[in-house]
Amino acid sequence: MSVETYTPRAFHRQAHDALGNPQIRSNFRRAMDGLMTKRRDVFSDWDLETLRELGANIRLRALARLPDLLEQLEANCEANGIRVHWAEDGEEACRIIRELCESHGAKSVIKGKSMVSEEMHLNAHLEAAGIEALESDLGEYLVQLNEQTPSHIIMPAIHLNTDEISDIMHEKTGTERTRDVDYMTAAARAQLRERFMNADVGVSGVNFAVAETGTLCLVENEGNGRMTTTVPPVHIAVTGIEKVVEHLRDVPPLYALLTRSATGQHVTTYFNMISGPRKAGEHDGPREVHLVLVDSGRSRIYQDNELLDTLRCIRCGACMNHCPVYTRVGGHSYGTTYPGPIGSILMPHMLGLEETKDLPTASSLCGACGEVCPVKIPIPDLLVRLRREAVGEGRGNVPGAGVKRTKKEVAAWKTWQWLATHPSAWRGSLLMAGKLRALTPSRLGPWTQYRTALKPAKRSLHALVKSHRRAGEDES
Amino acid sequence: MSARDNILKRLRERTDGPLTAPDSDFAVVTGRGWSAQERLERFERWISSVHGEVIHTSRGNWTADLAKLLQAKGVRRLALGREHPVAAEARAALAEGEVTLIDADRDVETWQHAQFHDTDAGLTSTRGGIAETGSLWLWPTPDEPRLISLVPPIHIAVLDADTLEDTFFDVIEAHGWAGGMPTNALLISGPSKTADIEQTLAYGVHGPRELIVLVRHPEERV
Repeated sequence: MSVETYTPRAFHRQAHDALGNPQIRSNFRRAMDGLMTKRRDVFSDWDLETLRELGANIRLRALARLPDLLEQLEANCEANGIRVHWAEDGEEACRIIRELCESHGAKSVIKGKSMVSEEMHLNAHLEAAGIEALESDLGEYLVQLNEQTPSHIIMPAIHLNTDEISDIMHEKTGTERTRDVDYMTAAARAQLRERFMNADVGVSGVNFAVAETGTLCLVENEGNGRMTTTVPPVHIAVTGIEKVVEHLRDVPPLYALLTRSATGQHVTTYFNMISGPRKAGEHDGPREVHLVLVDSGRSRIYQDNELLDTLRCIRCGACMNHCPVYTRVGGHSYGTTYPGPIGSILMPHMLGLEETKDLPTASSLCGACGEVCPVKIPIPDLLVRLRREAVGEGRGNVPGAGVKRTKKEVAAWKTWQWLATHPSAWRGSLLMAGKLRALTPSRLGPWTQYRTALKPAKRSLHALVKSHRRAGEDES
Repeated sequence: MSARDNILKRLRERTDGPLTAPDSDFAVVTGRGWSAQERLERFERWISSVHGEVIHTSRGNWTADLAKLLQAKGVRRLALGREHPVAAEARAALAEGEVTLIDADRDVETWQHAQFHDTDAGLTSTRGGIAETGSLWLWPTPDEPRLISLVPPIHIAVLDADTLEDTFFDVIEAHGWAGGMPTNALLISGPSKTADIEQTLAYGVHGPRELIVLVRHPEERV
């Protein structure tokens, strides 16, 4: 299987390729249809709107008090024995984690699922320093074996079907070729158990960090998260600064929304709440726990009242599950860590609009993402805002703002605006357009890629109505 | 300035000015008002729906049911604590039997290999259960460490029926969790599972393949 590198700059080519790949199309279609149905069913006996309202309020309250809560989180974590580190960007976070590993002479790191670590390319960074980083979430493990990146934030290997996974496991780990999912799961269990026992450091993400108690919450089904945070002697948790919540009681509503929105589950197998390293007298758990708080553009998003809503996200992936574009082009087409609608409103802040200018337009603005978002992020509005920023019509506080602005387009719209507000000039230009219709270009960029070029009518509708009326008057 | 100071400064000197925190009404996650019977039914329905097994037993007779269960599952080596009444009663009842009892109340480093390779099941108490989601809540202790509910292929959990509560929110509030969290607090709702291979459910990917809950009732149930 080939190793492919996807980039947001090549979105259109990648999307085109994915659309032409029936395997990708059917893998995603089937998975997304199932997820949408399961989500709908699991919320059927809930007052979903009230719950979403509460979820949105909890996240807004956390953001409103963000700097204070981060300080409170830090103080309570430190009091619990969790060392807290701060990183301006992914590079700094990678360096902090690498140095922590090196200070323990670590050669092997086992990882629980963490999108922030994907965002900062932690595995590549550690490997460059001679430290092996192994993913332990089954989907992440398969994707890593296949030298790929996740195509979905909750289900990393959703782009692969059973036969493809069987091939990958056979080629990379020597298992039998089979369609028996239990056999493959058991094989991965055996392979990874040895690695858990021998890992020097466990790295995980965080779903919610509770300021009030200094607690790190992890949501999972497999148990690899618990293994990662319990078996190795050192646990390093890494998360974005926006993941903090104020109170412990803020957690149950968000957890209820997260599992149901993500996979249609009423609950996950494990909800793991960590409030410190192994204490004196305790017999297992890591001797050290570290928390790395990463900014990576989040504090810039935080400045703007409208863009701020992006930071409410609890990373459930419901927006991609319900997105007609994502379902058709798949996660890799976006070429970014976070694909789908959430990626399209988040990645421009992390990578700049120069790299990601096509992402805000990778949407039909159908509104499904906004309707299903458990914390009511107005994703379609944010997509429109980023489109405006890309053409230099926003507030200019997104990196790369104005990258899509062209003199030609600006001049065309200015002319249009002037004509539309000057009736006699408008009528004159319509008349001319009708007379010069033979000169209309037949190729008009992307418009004529799938359509015939528009040609002005010989006579405008106005003119036709006028002569029709005149004819009617003559008859009477 | 440090990264910490820079980040906090940017957040405090926000371009669009300070934000107002909205109030939160938690009514939607509490106040279910279920009867004990309804709680039990919900708990059992939900945990069974995710492959958890429920065995009803009594305070007086539960160790006999445990022995039967161990035999039925072919458990030869059982890891358990010592001090908790659940562990103490189980030890007393199983002392004469064929099941080897493995002390869980010792540093994992001294028996990690045996824990990962030669332990068939782990037995733990639970602090309570949640009816709405079919969840158990555990606060691991030196007596019953974190890994015995995770590493062995079977986890047997003992739950007293009268410790069931309606929702996760209710548990956190009623037991004052925010006033003092343990090193590790856990909700467990079923055996370990994954759907990462083409959405096909498989159990026991990293943690236990089976979760069996012995629900103890105050009296022998007819």
